[in-house]
Amino acid sequence: MKARVPSLILHRLLIAALTLLIVSFAVYFATSMLPGDTATILLGQSATPEAIAGLRKAMNLDEPAILRFLKWIGGLFRGELGTSYANNMPVAALIGDRLLNTLKLAGLTTIIAVPLALTLGITSAMRRGTLYDRIVTVATVGVISVPEFVIATSAVLLFAVYLRWLPALSLTGDAHGLMGMLRVYAMPVITLTFGVSAQMIRMSRAAVIETLNTPYVEMALLKGASQSRLVLRHALPNALGPIVNAVALSLSYLLGGVIIVETIFNYPGVAKLMVDAVSTRDLPLIQSCAMIFCVGYLLLVTAADVIAILSNPRLR
Amino acid sequence: MTTRPASVPLASRLGYRINPVGLVAFSVILFWAVVALFADSLAPHPVGEIIDNDFFGPMRAGLWLGSDYLGRDMLSRILLGARYTVGISLAAVTIACFSGVVLGMTAAVVGGTLDTVMSRLFDALNSIPSKLFGLMVVAAVGSSIPVLILTLSVIYTPGAFRFSRALAVNIDTMDFMMVARIRGERLPYLIGAEILPNIVGPVLADLGLRFVFIVLLLSGLSFLGLGVQPPYADWGALVRENIGGLAFAAPAVIVPSIAIATLTISINLLIDNLPQKVRDRSVSP
Repeated sequence: MKARVPSLILHRLLIAALTLLIVSFAVYFATSMLPGDTATILLGQSATPEAIAGLRKAMNLDEPAILRFLKWIGGLFRGELGTSYANNMPVAALIGDRLLNTLKLAGLTTIIAVPLALTLGITSAMRRGTLYDRIVTVATVGVISVPEFVIATSAVLLFAVYLRWLPALSLTGDAHGLMGMLRVYAMPVITLTFGVSAQMIRMSRAAVIETLNTPYVEMALLKGASQSRLVLRHALPNALGPIVNAVALSLSYLLGGVIIVETIFNYPGVAKLMVDAVSTRDLPLIQSCAMIFCVGYLLLVTAADVIAILSNPRLR
Repeated sequence: MTTRPASVPLASRLGYRINPVGLVAFSVILFWAVVALFADSLAPHPVGEIIDNDFFGPMRAGLWLGSDYLGRDMLSRILLGARYTVGISLAAVTIACFSGVVLGMTAAVVGGTLDTVMSRLFDALNSIPSKLFGLMVVAAVGSSIPVLILTLSVIYTPGAFRFSRALAVNIDTMDFMMVARIRGERLPYLIGAEILPNIVGPVLADLGLRFVFIVLLLSGLSFLGLGVQPPYADWGALVRENIGGLAFAAPAVIVPSIAIATLTISINLLIDNLPQKVRDRSVSP
């Protein structure tokens, strides 16, 4: 039985690699093969046909699309992300610091959201059906059902307009000292934490409830184990796999949330860079940012699946 | 060929207990549907007309929801915005679910290589974050209402495919499917007359959830300025154009947010409170 786990994980990783290939094709196809000729976009409507033809040749746009795709993906593997159309800087240089900023934001949110969400999720599962559980459930449904920018605007209204604890939207880049840090990160992190926690609470609550419905927990109940012993000793160890799985899946929500949050709070991260690149139609920059997001998402989902395989005792 | 005898009285089959929360949620959805349909005749002022000397005016008689950043009537803009938000999302969810469910049932019934290739392809498409997908398409072809509808439906087809395929695979193992196959029925009959009636409840519930996702994504894109373009405005675009009023809590920025929230929360609550019979009919047929 033991040999099955490595082969299952290997299989999962192979699928992830295949998915990444299809995804990169989709990203390339969506951005550079759709109507709208790149050379015409760059030179504007009034460009002469000769100028457009010249630029097309210089940018290798006259080669077959599949060849350009292979060149592009080869470049990605060597770390050559191309040159930005908008300001002729290498894409890698533009992304570098921005990626670090986004990772900081995501990391900070994770540190706050995971303990908060697991506590709420597990306790509401323990007190299933009580007022506490109903409040938590309704609140999570509410947060999940609204767009991120509504959470962000509500947070601004609450903390900046009514309570006046934090400045509203006009955040500057200087993060000096503890107060400065707090000012830059507080609003984005609060907004992201709400979204991520809501997903995580929902999934971890469901995972614990599923374990609480098993025969061995009923057995423990019948032998007279206390409520906390029931959950902590009998249910939780078995729900751990699904919970960690839920954590990884909820974190993938960060990828969508971060696009809105960085834009609304003017945070200098990859997502903001990409939204700006969309308005200038800077395709190489868009493609690289999109690949970063897709790889991040794929890593989280694959990690969730691998954890689910590892934590299944039937496969050990 | 169905497993149900035809003589079962309709009343007992439809004897669902209606839950008060579900009823309230349903009324809210109905309200927005009526607003979207009759927005033209309900709006007190033309959407583009500047009627207030002040911008971000407060709520008062005659201007029930205040005025926006140019002094236009917010109530009229919300009513007309409902048409874009609900209309575009409804069109997109219809296309997404129709194609997803037909392909999903086909994959389940045909099986083999077709099933594997389609599942792998749709799973891969599903692993592109939805907002990112929207951003890329808008970057490549620009934003217009047909592009938005098509993009949103492409983004949510894989989910509908995956969901309906999983349900259809269960039905496909039933005896009546084998009987139908032996009888020599063709694919359209198999998926339309044998599979679909048995999965229609959960598929409709899934359609509702997907509608919520589409409303969220559409509003998000419009909020980023990449969705519905001026002079038209859906609710997301209304929040965007009035975001300057946030610092002094203008109704112009709060009300469209509330409008989105009431619609999406109501749909989620309605689906959560649907009778178990409708939601999981395939699980215990």
